[in-house]
Amino acid sequence: MRIALFATCLGDTLFPGAAIATVRVLERLGHSVAFPQEQTCCGQMHSNSGYEAQARGLARRFVATFGSDEFDAVVAPSGSCAAMVRDQYPRLAASSGDDQLTNAVAGLTPRVFELSQLLVNELGIEDVGAYYPHRVTYHPTCHSLRLLHVGDAPLRLLRAVRGIDLIELGEAESCCGFGGTFAVKNADTSAAMLTDKLRAILDTGAEVCTALDSSCLMQIGGGLSRQRAGVRTVHLAEILASQEDQ
Amino acid sequence: MSNDFEAAARPALADSQLRANMRHATHTIRDKRARVVAELDDWEQLREAGRRIKDRTMRHLHVHLATLEESVVRAGGQVHWARDAGEANRIVGELIASTGANEVVKVKSMATDEIGLNAALEGRGITAIETDLAELIVQLSHDRSSHILVPAIHRNRGEIRELFRRELPGTAGLTDEPAQLAEAARRHLRRKFLSARVAISGANFAVAETGTICVVESEGNGRMCTTLPHTLITVMGIEKVLPRFADLGVMLQLLPRSSTAERMNPYSSLWTGVTPGDGPRAFHLVLLDAGRSATLADQIGREALNCIRCSACLNVCPVYERTGGHAYESTYPGPIGAILTPQLSEFRSGTSLPWASSLCGACYEVCPVKIDIPTILVHLRGRVTREVPNSGDPGEAQAMRMLARVFASRSRYERAQRVARAISRPFVRDGRIARRLPGPLARWQTVRDLPAPAPETFREWWRERERAERRKAERP
Repeated sequence: MRIALFATCLGDTLFPGAAIATVRVLERLGHSVAFPQEQTCCGQMHSNSGYEAQARGLARRFVATFGSDEFDAVVAPSGSCAAMVRDQYPRLAASSGDDQLTNAVAGLTPRVFELSQLLVNELGIEDVGAYYPHRVTYHPTCHSLRLLHVGDAPLRLLRAVRGIDLIELGEAESCCGFGGTFAVKNADTSAAMLTDKLRAILDTGAEVCTALDSSCLMQIGGGLSRQRAGVRTVHLAEILASQEDQ
Repeated sequence: MSNDFEAAARPALADSQLRANMRHATHTIRDKRARVVAELDDWEQLREAGRRIKDRTMRHLHVHLATLEESVVRAGGQVHWARDAGEANRIVGELIASTGANEVVKVKSMATDEIGLNAALEGRGITAIETDLAELIVQLSHDRSSHILVPAIHRNRGEIRELFRRELPGTAGLTDEPAQLAEAARRHLRRKFLSARVAISGANFAVAETGTICVVESEGNGRMCTTLPHTLITVMGIEKVLPRFADLGVMLQLLPRSSTAERMNPYSSLWTGVTPGDGPRAFHLVLLDAGRSATLADQIGREALNCIRCSACLNVCPVYERTGGHAYESTYPGPIGAILTPQLSEFRSGTSLPWASSLCGACYEVCPVKIDIPTILVHLRGRVTREVPNSGDPGEAQAMRMLARVFASRSRYERAQRVARAISRPFVRDGRIARRLPGPLARWQTVRDLPAPAPETFREWWRERERAERRKAERP
């Protein structure tokens, strides 16, 4: 399969490890990965902050960058950004009254996947040959859970990782409090939500908290780091890319 | 932007008693709801049926309302139309005055809370007595409701015991046992039920084809109010109408499981006009618009009118759980309040509420009529930003425009990545920004460390890898 990688602006700039790991996993499985360099941001922050026109502009750019038929699939190491494309682009296109954009979006969105979705549901793979000898807990991010409906795909992948000690997270489906600009606009409420999430993570005794979204991991990891909790955040892709000889 | 919610939430977040009460109560109801919903194999089909009934009704709302009026009048009732809260309060006040009563009993009703009926009646020298236990608690303590279904959710039993001992006569030996608390309220209210000549209710549903009004409740106080007094006045938002009696078959399955986590609520009162020799002799239905028609004009936002006031979305909301209901400063708190309040007020109040959400989507998942609350929240953020003057932070608008320009061009984007890395470099310690930054980033840093831009962006890594591969290919 020829797969185009959408690294996401956050991943490209702050957390390149998740995107690099995505490339390594897919190539190891025999797929060819492309990185269209015109890509920037999916526009989620603009859309969710009420700047619809700007978001629509970025949606156009995304469709122009990834719409090519040469890609069988587009993958993002982010449930939230994949959900932005799949969930919000059709509405942004429809309200623009531009039929060409609407059609292009309708053609593209079924091919856009979050990584675990692509691996488990599309490629039918659970064991990617990873080795990760650490005590890990998994936080299901809201958009991957409730917009993309990834279900237990990430857990299936994690259970197949050799050497891993996977521990169930309490109240796992509670939001970590990130929510994009919510984290700064309602900083106190966001902090209260984060505190409960950190407590649940620390209660597991895990040394690593993993998730599908670098954005939520930035919130959780930022809190763990501030508290010098001694627990680190690692994107799921990085666990899947990890191998014994490394 | 002017963030009223954030300011109003701050004292609640710092109130440890409130936080403990809210956490306990929301988790208890949330878990119970999940259990009773899981009992039904056809829950998803029921939700879909509920959504369709509501969508269909809203498309021809004016037709169903006219039918409802005809049916109510035919059954011996009178119908009054109120454009806004002021008109509704005046109509109800005059109806009560014409009976000569100066005390009325009330069934728990969101519509009358919304229009501030009790205060308006007080202005006319009429005392309105709340008969729902939680509403009574709120009224006796001069407090405000903080939940659609459980208005005193922010209070625990100990607090209620103290309140009753202070406010209700003959309660000196009262303990905090729920049965004892309910008994104290029951003794107090029984006298009121027997003496009141006028009652006021809301409506959960009104059936257009028959003119039947339906009120569902758990305590039996509603049944007392709708049967004992001579005059019954129902105030109902126009969105509560259902076309057919059979529609109740869907709604009465969805509502109790979603709200009180009961398979069926203990009391469902249905009445149609007046019946000689049985129940009230006069029945008045006040149909309230108060922003509903304006909301109906918004193709995305109108879905908020489908709400059946179960409050399942409040109970699962991670924001509501932490802040409680008062922070929303509205009759309708929680996720549904965040989309109803600005719309019903025609964007005069509650304009910060669409941002009072992390868009986690838990509300949509439990909504019995499948209102896509997150989508409406995003839609309303757009409307507030575009339509409400001075609603936004000019700095934010500028930053958003600038970022959109950066993201619109590969070269600008890549330059911005390099600039961000260069200017942060002096402050980076162990991958973190070890310095308090200005603006919104300072608010990030209150409880979180901020990661530094990566030493090498993904695209730089990608290009370096491609170069290395090319070099390898050229040197066989």
